[in-house]
Amino acid sequence: MKTIDKLITWSLLKSPWILHFNSGACNGCDIEVVDALTPKYDIERFGILLKATPRHADVLVVSGPVTRQQAKRLKTIYDQMPDPKFVMAVGACGCSGGVFDGCYGVVPGGLDHVIPVSVYIPGCPVRPEAIIDGVVKMIQSVEAASK
Amino acid sequence: MAKITIPFGPQHPALKEPENFMLVLEGEQISGSTINLGYNHRGMEKAAESRTYIQNLYLIERVCGICSHSHTTTYITNVEELAKAEVPQRALAIRTLIAELERVHSHLLWLGVAGYEMGFETLFMYTWRDREQVLDCLELLSGNRVHYSINTIGGVRRDVSAEQKAEVLKRIKFLEGRTQYYIKLALEEPTIAARTADVGKLPPEVALERGAVGPTARASGIARDVRKDEPYLLYDKLDFKLITHNTNDVFGRLVVRALELVESYKLINQVINNLPEGPISVKVPMKIAPGEAVNHYEAPRGEDIHYLKSNGTDKPERLKVRAPTLANLQSVSYMLDGGWLADVPLVIAAIDPCMSCTDRAAVWDQKKGKMAVYGWEELRKLGIEHYKHRGIDFSKL
Repeated sequence: MKTIDKLITWSLLKSPWILHFNSGACNGCDIEVVDALTPKYDIERFGILLKATPRHADVLVVSGPVTRQQAKRLKTIYDQMPDPKFVMAVGACGCSGGVFDGCYGVVPGGLDHVIPVSVYIPGCPVRPEAIIDGVVKMIQSVEAASK
Repeated sequence: MAKITIPFGPQHPALKEPENFMLVLEGEQISGSTINLGYNHRGMEKAAESRTYIQNLYLIERVCGICSHSHTTTYITNVEELAKAEVPQRALAIRTLIAELERVHSHLLWLGVAGYEMGFETLFMYTWRDREQVLDCLELLSGNRVHYSINTIGGVRRDVSAEQKAEVLKRIKFLEGRTQYYIKLALEEPTIAARTADVGKLPPEVALERGAVGPTARASGIARDVRKDEPYLLYDKLDFKLITHNTNDVFGRLVVRALELVESYKLINQVINNLPEGPISVKVPMKIAPGEAVNHYEAPRGEDIHYLKSNGTDKPERLKVRAPTLANLQSVSYMLDGGWLADVPLVIAAIDPCMSCTDRAAVWDQKKGKMAVYGWEELRKLGIEHYKHRGIDFSKL
């Protein structure tokens, strides 16, 4: 492994920056994602910061089923992220389409039919604890792979 | 001065949903705007036609994660009306309790978002911390923090025990104290007044003409509240005030929501202390006789209307949902007109949009033929900086 790659992995493990994208969710998972960032759960103390632009983000947190209107925008955002990048599917809708699977305005199947997904977090809506658990598992797997 | 058109949305970093605004600018002033919707369109009304009434309950709950109880209650009232079911009083009381808890959670959420858009992040963190108390109450009563699923056709799924009552009252008492602090903050803090007074003006006649609902209309002095106008659930037996304000601006919307929190606490106390005895649900047949029903409901954001047509089977023939944000969006383009670019995030946030997302804004300069792209975050910063130059700075507090 080159020094630069080591540095990138190190900074990713110490402080993953996330971008939150609503691809057509009901807002339930979105408020829980924000909840995870506010004082009760406060994942910012682990260095996890919410960013406004995909170009600064390591992890794309996607909530909701992918609506047909949002699918190409989601792909663009994914392409704008620098490598190495990870995608978290938050909630039942992101994992499989959930209750909206089969609706005409929604891309059939889950988020993984549009972009590659690294972590699936089930729940409708997900609890903030589940989001934190998902982030920890992702960090552990990256750590294991980098050794 | 050259006119500039900036597209706003639909990708977003914070908690808002996808939506697009096209703003026409003259310098920093807005001279016109168009709203484009449909980024969040999933096709739920059509999907409802292929699912049974009980399955639809869980689909309709997911119209919106913030006002999920509002949608299910309106839907279920229609179903029960068509099935001619007599819902027990205790079930109606529990529905009222959850409805008011939901209003508290939604208004606290809004206060936080408004603080964030103003650049007053301490307020955002404070209200979201306090909001956890309501979420704990909802979890205690229904088993879930966001989608409560307390409603079932013919009543409610869960009863309320004496211990739960005591726990909820304890938390509401804590919130009452906190809310007094927020009201003091809203009314007396000069920085909040400077950021919100005379911003996003909506005169009463325009609010009526454009069909504004909920706190947006009430802040323009229009006494319109479904809970008072056409009481449903137990509201005709409960004592509460209809809050209005006559400043017609973002400040008024802030004050209305803060004072409504106090009314909601009053309602919660009344319902819990006078919970009627009896069963919590009745049996309703799977198949519903042909008919049509319309019901409305005062959701945290305003009037929510549902139309339901049944055809004698166990699935509805047609379901139509008119959410409050759609009614309020008509007023947004008026509020934005003549305002400053720096006020846009706050004005849009002030109607508490339930499906808005605004992230990317590209500034198109026709004279130079150049395009500059603003993110929502940068636009928010622009707003905060714009006011800092005019001496309004929250970081000095």
